Amino acid sequence: MALPEDDPATASAEAVAEAPLVEAPADTVAGEVVLRLTDLVKTFPGVRALDGVQLEVRAGEVHCLLGQNGAGKSTLIKVLAGVHQPDSGQVEWRGEPASFANPQAAMKAGIATIYQELDLVEDLSVAENAFLGHEYRNFGFVRRGRMARHTRQILSRLGHGEIPPGRMVRSLPAAGKQIVSMARALSHEARLIIMDEPSAVLAHDEVGNLFRIIRELTAQGIAVIYISHRLEEIREIGDRVTVLKDGRTTAANLPARDTPTRDLVSRMTGRTIEYVFPDRPTDDSAGADLLQVEGLTRTGEFADVSLSVRAGEIVGIAGLVGSGRSELLETIYGARLPEAGTVRMDGKVLRPGVGAAVRAGMGMAPEERKSQALLLGEPIYRNVTLATFGRYARLGFTNAAKERAEADRIAETLELRPRDVDRPVRTLSGGNQQKVVVGRWLLGGTKLLLLDEPTRGVDVGARAELYQVIRGLAAQGVGVLLVSSEVPEVLGLADRVLVMREGRVVREAAAGELDENTVLDLVMAGSLMEGAPA
Amino acid sequence: MSDATPTPTATPERPQLPAQSPPVDPAETAVASNKAGSGGKLSWWRGDGGDGAKRNLGLIGVLAALIVVGAVTKPDLYGDPNWVWNNVLAILQLASVVGVVTVGMTFVIIGGGIDLSVGAIVALAGVWCTTVATQSYGAGGMIFAALAVGICVGLVNGVLISYGRLVPFIATLAMLVAARGLAASISNKQTQVSSSTFINDIAARKVIGIPILVYILGAVVLAGWVVLNRTTFGRRTIAVGGNPEAARLAGINVRRHTMLLYALSGLCCGIAAIMLTSQATSAQAAMANLYELDAIAAAIIGGTLLSGGRGTIVGSLLGVIIFATITNLFAINGLSIEAQNMVKGGIIVAAVLVQQFQFKSVTRLLARNRVTTAT
Repeated sequence: MALPEDDPATASAEAVAEAPLVEAPADTVAGEVVLRLTDLVKTFPGVRALDGVQLEVRAGEVHCLLGQNGAGKSTLIKVLAGVHQPDSGQVEWRGEPASFANPQAAMKAGIATIYQELDLVEDLSVAENAFLGHEYRNFGFVRRGRMARHTRQILSRLGHGEIPPGRMVRSLPAAGKQIVSMARALSHEARLIIMDEPSAVLAHDEVGNLFRIIRELTAQGIAVIYISHRLEEIREIGDRVTVLKDGRTTAANLPARDTPTRDLVSRMTGRTIEYVFPDRPTDDSAGADLLQVEGLTRTGEFADVSLSVRAGEIVGIAGLVGSGRSELLETIYGARLPEAGTVRMDGKVLRPGVGAAVRAGMGMAPEERKSQALLLGEPIYRNVTLATFGRYARLGFTNAAKERAEADRIAETLELRPRDVDRPVRTLSGGNQQKVVVGRWLLGGTKLLLLDEPTRGVDVGARAELYQVIRGLAAQGVGVLLVSSEVPEVLGLADRVLVMREGRVVREAAAGELDENTVLDLVMAGSLMEGAPA
Repeated sequence: MSDATPTPTATPERPQLPAQSPPVDPAETAVASNKAGSGGKLSWWRGDGGDGAKRNLGLIGVLAALIVVGAVTKPDLYGDPNWVWNNVLAILQLASVVGVVTVGMTFVIIGGGIDLSVGAIVALAGVWCTTVATQSYGAGGMIFAALAVGICVGLVNGVLISYGRLVPFIATLAMLVAARGLAASISNKQTQVSSSTFINDIAARKVIGIPILVYILGAVVLAGWVVLNRTTFGRRTIAVGGNPEAARLAGINVRRHTMLLYALSGLCCGIAAIMLTSQATSAQAAMANLYELDAIAAAIIGGTLLSGGRGTIVGSLLGVIIFATITNLFAINGLSIEAQNMVKGGIIVAAVLVQQFQFKSVTRLLARNRVTTAT
């Protein structure tokens, strides 16, 4: 039960861990497959969140899960944690088919999850959080002393004996809260610990401590599923990598240290199928400058961004999650206030606020369709006219007949399926929901369309249609500013491409002058590339 | 490592896209939906979605059941058509004041908020319009004072909530306490008698056999229905309550609209204050006690979603009438108010349970539909 003395991983762990971190489950053999997922499918109304996921996790390994936002990582975690039940596919847990009806069942089986937004009760103490739901009890009375002792023991083994078990969680810094989350996992004698972006809230030196803890856990034969966007972390801590995209496993069990960065990123972002992009106009048909952005800055999000979009031109912004691209788009749209810089439409400086931007002719399809763009329970036509219903109104009275007719026309142009504008938007598929959001801005007056990840969660057929729609808009003289994680999409659709990294525009060129690898190198350069064999 | 999905062929080139010229492509769209092209024809009186209408049918069923209970317990009374007609009017009159308040409350709740201060606003407006000074301006001055006080207090709520970013529950709870305090201070805790015969006649008189209070309720409900279902204000209310972020990104001024919703609720309270003052021919700081709870309860059993974005005026009206009918039923049977309140509590729970069940079965049905019809 003691730590193997000669394990290099634990040797690096200084002298803090004088005792084994946890009682390793006696029946766990290192290297044995503890978890195997086959063809896992989970659908929600309107979206296939998981669409055939394969995953194999061995005891004692750190298995990294890589994927863009919306690739299905969160859903996958929730299936493993018993929050969601899969529609189909097999979950094999320690050699036997398993299904976790609820989070308690998953925990009891030995799967502990540390969520990104830590699920701690802020106004309970450290010990109460660690043992939340399985407190030591005597006839209904909580045995506070024993709980505190055990918590202190776990904390000191985590290298944080200085955290008092009686302290309120609210008063702890982010790193401390994470330690408490981990203590909770250990209090359950977990065999598999899932960590969802654990480093996102940590400072650099705290990440080192986190890694030390993870190494000690794996040395005990505990398996860890580690989710992070930071490739350099995956190289440092990970053993194997599985890549998800659009709810599917695009690569499984790649060696974490030796797989070229470019391979990982292209499997994360790249096309899984050849999309057919509409042809660009042969002549330079773009008109005068429509949008001019100068020196736009928001601390911590993006800095000194200048760009312009001409009428009839599609400008694409390529960049990874966290490169500041979505924030930039929202700031141009007036939904966030810039700290410095100006946004001009048709040469006139925009006043702050979304209302002014819309009046000046801007429209936006935001990144999160459901939470930012749609009234899910309302009929399609009301969603299509959400920004324009006032224009059809007379004396404040809405003209529902006209709205439905206009929405029906949009539905026809965009080939919405089913084409019944009275249906609640909730019942549409992801692609059709996106058409509703884009269609909203086709109703007259929109001169500049801002599209944030327009094809996320959109199936293949609908994608091609959306591309046609976007190109068609440009052909009518609408300027389009497009943000996408998918480099081929930006290169295939846009006339001109800006590459963003860490809040700055690092390259601007005509789409024809760039290829996917060049852009990927630019996007991944800097901190993400450090120590990574390219 | 990846999948073997075949390369999709793009739809034929059609770049001359949207706005002006809808391209005709019947071959593809015909398959899409058998209801295509349903846009255009629309009765002005058409309700909004069968969902709410079905729910209201349920409420009418409850109402019918209550009437049956009445008829069974007091067959002699219900046998007399004259008495029945007068009883219906009595119920409507009983429902009128709370009904007006509930219309405002329904707007606030659909818009994603809550207004706990309605009872206190009614009291403050009632007291304000019956001070000696206000009464010296005559009935017109009194009505103006009540409406103005209602709107102003509502605006204060609205400003605190939308620009001061207070939680609606807290802001209106504070207003509940403060407005009653102000009302008590203005009236010096005395009952202020209204000497305006015009005001007092509102509750006393009938036109074509129907009390004026019932007309006022009818007018407010009708206006509320039209505003919610047929105006941009109503559409914004649903958008702001259903998904504030989506409303904001669509260019709707969410804060201003939220503020206006509370002003509207205040206006309804002002109207209710005149009605209540007229009924009692006086006003005092303790009047309209707990109206906020009656109004919220009526809106909820009427199917208004407490989280916002969904609700109907007709449902709220039915909710108010159901409560008034229960009160009436207990009164004619000579039962205590205590028993009455217990039954009301039970009805609230039962109504919400039934609605949850309905809602779940509806969404399940739609989800099943989606699989068969969506792309």
